[in-house]
Amino acid sequence: MKFGVIIFPGSNCDHDAYHVISKHVGQPVSFVWHKETDLSAYDAVILPGGFSYGDYLRAGALARFSPVMRSVKEFAARGGLVLGICNGFQILCEAGLLPGALMRNRDLHFRCEHVRVRVESVDTPFTNELSRGDLLSLPIAHAEGNYTCDDATLAEMQREDRIIFRYCDAAGDVTDESNPNGSRDSVAGVCNRARNVMGFAAISPRKCLSVAARASERSRPPLPNS
Amino acid sequence: MKAKVYVTLKPSVLDPQGKAIQHSVEQLGFGGIEDIRQGKYFEIALDESVSDGDARAAAERMAREVLSNPVIEDFRVEVER
Repeated sequence: MKFGVIIFPGSNCDHDAYHVISKHVGQPVSFVWHKETDLSAYDAVILPGGFSYGDYLRAGALARFSPVMRSVKEFAARGGLVLGICNGFQILCEAGLLPGALMRNRDLHFRCEHVRVRVESVDTPFTNELSRGDLLSLPIAHAEGNYTCDDATLAEMQREDRIIFRYCDAAGDVTDESNPNGSRDSVAGVCNRARNVMGFAAISPRKCLSVAARASERSRPPLPNS
Repeated sequence: MKAKVYVTLKPSVLDPQGKAIQHSVEQLGFGGIEDIRQGKYFEIALDESVSDGDARAAAERMAREVLSNPVIEDFRVEVER
């Protein structure tokens, strides 16, 4: 399974993702500069964390206009796996590949800490080796991680089992106190309707990407160009 | 000529930055403030030959597709010669 890690100007978790895929997951991986437009060599692309375009205007808003993003949309439409981590999640929302938006944290602080998230759905190629209700301890490092969407979108995602991770406490209970950024319904990760695009607010390539890789070996959606 | 674009959070969206600003303003001694909402302002300088209608249409498209995020924000456009 060939991975591409997209580098936007201001990405800073690109090397983490590359390292994890090559050293820990043991799969081939290449960097993809944001001006490239050919993703035909890849089975999965990762939009890494960081501060693309300095977070100018809104986090992720300007990266949406990078040449590679048109290709990412086509790649996703053909069933390729797309994983957005932290800033990558913000970019996927701004690009309309995922619903909702990520706003300033409710306490206005840059939150850099470990949080617990509960696995809400294992019906994705990214999470199908996990069990529903599993608790993961993962790092966050963001000022704009406050997920929001309108009532209709939230209801639709709940109905379609598209909320993949929620923030929770040590006992696994989803509480207001365990929500680090004010995200609506404690949402920490969501997927698209076709379930091949996922965004995740935590930044642990080591954990979430190895999960993604192992999972996608088992249950691969149709590959691009196949 | 100038197109002015005001981007504001939708009324349904909480604005913690506005709340923090309100708190600071109140520290300064101002009373009777019910709410402060903050937003963004863009001034777009356009060629004088552009008609008012075209300027407005262009600014509205910029506002809709780049300057605002329709999930959380509204915008208003003014054109000034």
